[in-house]
Amino acid sequence: MSKLKAVFAKQKAFIPFVVANDPDFEGTVNNVVALAEGGADIVEIGIPFSDPVADGPVIQAADIRALKADPDLPMDTIFDIVAEIRKQTDVPLAFLTYLNIVFQYGYEAFTARCAELGVNGLVIPDMPYEEHDELAPIAEKNGVDLIPLITPVSADRIEKIAKAATGFIYVVSSLGVTGERSEFANDLGDLITRIRKVTDVPTAIGFGIHTAEQAAEMTQLADGAIVGSACVNIVAEYGAQAPAKLKDYTQQMKAAISANPVG
Amino acid sequence: MTETNLNLNKNTTGRYGEYGGQYIPETLMNELDRMAKAYEHFKNDPEFKTELHDLLVDYANRPSLLYYAERMTKDLGGAQIYLKREDLNHTGAHKINNVIGQALLAKHMGKTRLIAETGAGQHGVATATIAAYFGMECEVFMGKEDTDRQKLNVYRMELLGAKVHPVTSGSMVLKDAINAALQDWTKRVDDTFYCMGSATGPHPYPLMVRDFQSIISQESKAQLKDQTGKLPDMVVACVGGGSNAIGSFANYIEDPSVQLVGAEAAGKGVETNLTAATVERGSDGIFHGMKSMFLQNKTGQINPVYSISAGLDYPGVGPEHAYLAKTGRAQYVGITDDEAVQAFEYIAKTEGIVAAIESCHAVAYVQKIAPTMRKDQIIICTLSGRGDKDVASIAKYKGVDIDE
Ligand SMILES: Cc1ncc(COP(=O)(O)O)c(C=O)c1O
Repeated sequence: MSKLKAVFAKQKAFIPFVVANDPDFEGTVNNVVALAEGGADIVEIGIPFSDPVADGPVIQAADIRALKADPDLPMDTIFDIVAEIRKQTDVPLAFLTYLNIVFQYGYEAFTARCAELGVNGLVIPDMPYEEHDELAPIAEKNGVDLIPLITPVSADRIEKIAKAATGFIYVVSSLGVTGERSEFANDLGDLITRIRKVTDVPTAIGFGIHTAEQAAEMTQLADGAIVGSACVNIVAEYGAQAPAKLKDYTQQMKAAISANPVG
Repeated sequence: MTETNLNLNKNTTGRYGEYGGQYIPETLMNELDRMAKAYEHFKNDPEFKTELHDLLVDYANRPSLLYYAERMTKDLGGAQIYLKREDLNHTGAHKINNVIGQALLAKHMGKTRLIAETGAGQHGVATATIAAYFGMECEVFMGKEDTDRQKLNVYRMELLGAKVHPVTSGSMVLKDAINAALQDWTKRVDDTFYCMGSATGPHPYPLMVRDFQSIISQESKAQLKDQTGKLPDMVVACVGGGSNAIGSFANYIEDPSVQLVGAEAAGKGVETNLTAATVERGSDGIFHGMKSMFLQNKTGQINPVYSISAGLDYPGVGPEHAYLAKTGRAQYVGITDDEAVQAFEYIAKTEGIVAAIESCHAVAYVQKIAPTMRKDQIIICTLSGRGDKDVASIAKYKGVDIDE
């Protein structure tokens, strides 16, 4: 079974996100290890991109920081970051990346390297269902899950996307781009019910979640909560002190969602 | 003038060989699907076609002239040169052909708000114009660098009732304006239509924009036949995202004797990093919703690009051009800033036409190639826009101090 899917069988999952190379190589390693130590069930690592169209200002700024020192930051350096992380933790990992980065590295080489390093899934915001055939068979062969996104306006697309999903399904909380929010779409419950009718692949809600209350509320509906901008803000604000803060934050979030029963 | 043939290309899948597609966030997929279906329907709807036709004639001033440039022809001493005068359209460029089509589709889809990206401001002005005409709300996204450089066009859009958003993310130019427009669209898909400015982006944009711009070659083919009884030997147009070029090529693609040439902006030179020559210097990639050719680094980060011409300053090219380049059906050549500025002055002095600096990239190529061709051969060169907007910056480039 998919390593990512298995995570959700045991608990409601907390899935924090940071951007690779923000602020630098060492900092990323330390931050991801701290998230794992704090109890993160999966850590999502964003690969910085020059033009992150699905991301709001906070993650855009992190991408700029990550590429500032070296706009040509090679993908191999990011794989090296993961290799370093792997020396310290076996927490399940997923990449969030725009498709061009994977395309340039080569679909086969990229997913093979992910498999070697135990990067178990890829979230690719600019690869919708209709375009996933060019990558899906290769990723599957290498045992890497392609995590699809389903949004409040996916409507009659929900079933076909859900049926093809492996690992978990990323449920987008509301319209727009990533970033902290105070409100979410009010029909997320129905959306998740529709997903559950066609698949047992777990769901995690992301986009906008930053408080423990929100995470608790969202994991009453879904099997996990993904938190991006809030973690990236901690990295931006605390620099070298970020690992301790991220660990604290993860513990709080994890405690808040653990109150919800699994399933 | 006859109605635009919107069924020129039977391939409506949005794939041009391996290029094209819909590499776009899930939030927009249903909306793009609705748009593609609406377009497939309305392009065969007699009422829609009549409305489009009437607007092109009565509002945009079509057909545009196919003008025999006798002085240029004589001076260059080779092929006969005909200029397709898109500069004479309402708002002064080919952009109006496309926005009339898209805004009309938006109206029929029940949309009340148009958004657009713009570089120099030409597409923004065209969109603001048609929004005013239809009484639609209009918001234009423009890189902060460009709002500073093109204050007059910002004011012009505001005058037309549009709201202009200076975009401060990324490198604050055209590609960032497209990112911002896409982001705005994901927040508000229900009442909003994103009016794309070139033959770029996810399906159905490259197809729709090509079809709406194909009126350029539909007319030029008939006009040249009237005037000479012949097909041209070569068609030349400048390429930013590629909308005026694909419109200029569309009706000749199936005529193998007609050579198709796109003039790209080489900036300081194709070999330098200050360039926007996507086909010559770029490589295959996936960005802004399409698989196509892009200027990018080895990792796949999109490069900053440069050209004196804000309208050609884009790191990609529409997917159909990538396909025409790959299959060899069209050729793409780089024209430097210096060559384009020289052509700007040349066509002004020789023909009495102040043409857009974008268009002058095509003119510069004609200056090079015409003398190598026979006198019985014919070149059609598209003048995509008029050059009033460029006068101040060309003066500055030449070191002339003019009081604005
Ligand atoms: C006059 C003119 N020509 C050409 C272009 C380039 O666009 P495209 O390649 O889509 O025709 C522009 C873009 O702003 C323009 O204003």
